[in-house]
Amino acid sequence: MLIQLNNIEKTYEIGALKVPALKGVNIHIANNEYVAIMGPSGSGKSTLMNIIGCLDTPTGGEYILNENRVSQMTDDELAEIRNREIGFVFQTFNLLPRANALHNVELPLIYNGTNSSKRKELAKQALEKVGLADRMNHKPNELSGGQRQRVAIARALVNDPSIILADEPTGNLDSRTGEEIMEVFEILHDAGNTIIIVTHEEYIAEHSDRIIRLRDGLVERDEAVN
Amino acid sequence: MRFFSYVAESLKIAYEALRSYKMRSILTTLGIVIGVSTVITIVALVQGLNIAFEQQITKIGTTTIYISKFPWIMGNNDWFKFRNRPNLTLKHAEQLKQLSKTTVAVAPTLYTRRNIKFLNSTAEGVIIVGTTTDYMETSNSLPELGRFLSETDVSHRRAVCVLGQEVLKNLFPAQDPIGKRVTIGGRKFKVIGVAEKKGSIFGDSMDNMAVIPIGLFQSAFGARYRSVDIEVKVASPELLESAKDELTGIMRRIRSLGSSDEDDFAINEQSLLMETYKQLTGTLWAVAIGVGAISLLVGGIGIMNILLVSVTERTREIGIRKAIGAKRSDIMVQFLIESLMICAVGVIIGVGLAVGLAKFIAATTPLPAAITAWVALLGLGFVVTIGLFFGIYPARKAARLNPIEALRYE
Repeated sequence: MLIQLNNIEKTYEIGALKVPALKGVNIHIANNEYVAIMGPSGSGKSTLMNIIGCLDTPTGGEYILNENRVSQMTDDELAEIRNREIGFVFQTFNLLPRANALHNVELPLIYNGTNSSKRKELAKQALEKVGLADRMNHKPNELSGGQRQRVAIARALVNDPSIILADEPTGNLDSRTGEEIMEVFEILHDAGNTIIIVTHEEYIAEHSDRIIRLRDGLVERDEAVN
Repeated sequence: MRFFSYVAESLKIAYEALRSYKMRSILTTLGIVIGVSTVITIVALVQGLNIAFEQQITKIGTTTIYISKFPWIMGNNDWFKFRNRPNLTLKHAEQLKQLSKTTVAVAPTLYTRRNIKFLNSTAEGVIIVGTTTDYMETSNSLPELGRFLSETDVSHRRAVCVLGQEVLKNLFPAQDPIGKRVTIGGRKFKVIGVAEKKGSIFGDSMDNMAVIPIGLFQSAFGARYRSVDIEVKVASPELLESAKDELTGIMRRIRSLGSSDEDDFAINEQSLLMETYKQLTGTLWAVAIGVGAISLLVGGIGIMNILLVSVTERTREIGIRKAIGAKRSDIMVQFLIESLMICAVGVIIGVGLAVGLAKFIAATTPLPAAITAWVALLGLGFVVTIGLFFGIYPARKAARLNPIEALRYE
């Protein structure tokens, strides 16, 4: 199993108040699955995504990612896991505005110490995969929304991570561009990548093979898409 | 390997960040520039002063002791205390010369200022020194022309004189002075020699002088109220301390002082001036360092302020970097490098400015501002200290940002 979430709990403490966001979530995801996580706001969807993405640690339960026991790691260990195992795609792209597309894609490789020429080579390959080889030297503000998201996907891919974790990847795009981006994910899935998409749009979720629905901090339904 | 690739990346980021906020970077850097150039210029000035002072003071002679009624360095009310001391006389000098074993020359001296005339020319305000043959050694007044005072010149109170270079220039611009008769204070003196050029101490020419036998000085200019200054030469600087002890002992015996009595004479030497001077410039140093420290502090606070703004502005960037795998130390290094870069630019410009300023001062004023190689080291020290000290808080703040909150930051 690539991802094992066993009885995951997350409780936020706001002053004296304890707010449970996840109340014991059990999810297992295998290699090369294409999963959508859905749920209304307040369902614990974002919290779960942060935990899967190793940006946050659970307050209870156990999370094993690719044989790494992530639930008890320190900040710096988590940073290393994120660098090695996870490729993020965000709703708002989150590219560095002053860096060009190539440099943005190189970024994860800088943090694992890949040398400069190898970095450039890998980043170019990743940009080619998302069909942006001709926009390498453009800065984000010289690219369209769809192109920016492709750069972000290339950045997520470049380190050859275990999972690509996308948070509302089409949320800031018009529907036609959104469809194009979903096609990119499909191609990546076909190429063997494991993809997890967090969304509240039914038609986006339907691109996946399996939909996990959350409600009130628990898994409400977990079923394959026909 | 990972570290180097990251430092290279950080340098790039820092450079980009400084370039994209030009005005802000310039203003921040300016604080450091002003601080650094102030400190280094003052340091250079003080150092230049020291060098100049040392050059001057060694002319006094490192192997000569001066026994006088008054010490060279006195407090405000000391003069009234010391003026009641008995005068020193020629007798003291004679006895010292007889009894001392450590000294090589003992010369009693009396001074006055008079004009010297020769035909129609006048040398004004010449220092007239009444002394003995030993003065040639104690004051290092070797004759360039003719000879110095002989024992018989002194014992017979012959009306002869040895002139300084400046007097020579004023009275005998084109002719041989030896054997000529000059008039000092209404009396005629035969010129027997001209002393070598000595230069000046603190702008006071030591060549505007004439040496005459001390007995004649006393009868010509009066002896009663004048206390003799006794110059004593020792063979080498190492003997200075033991000579001082010996001379003090002899003087106390001559003066018949009891064991509880204070000395009623003063033993002066060049090092005394040096010490006083060092105390004086010590204060100057302290002030300079204080002023410099304050301006560097202000500059440093400027850097810290800008970095804090920068951290806030780039919260999202920090979030992205952390999400992608940057560790705390990576973010820390990034902001420290930015801080160091601002400092480095400031220090380089500051040092350049200080070097220019010192050269300008040295060229346009008598102050010899000296900038030496260690200034570069000092500069490096500034860069590292200020950059790290004021960068560490903002850098830590950035490094500790929670990636989730940082990513959400608008």
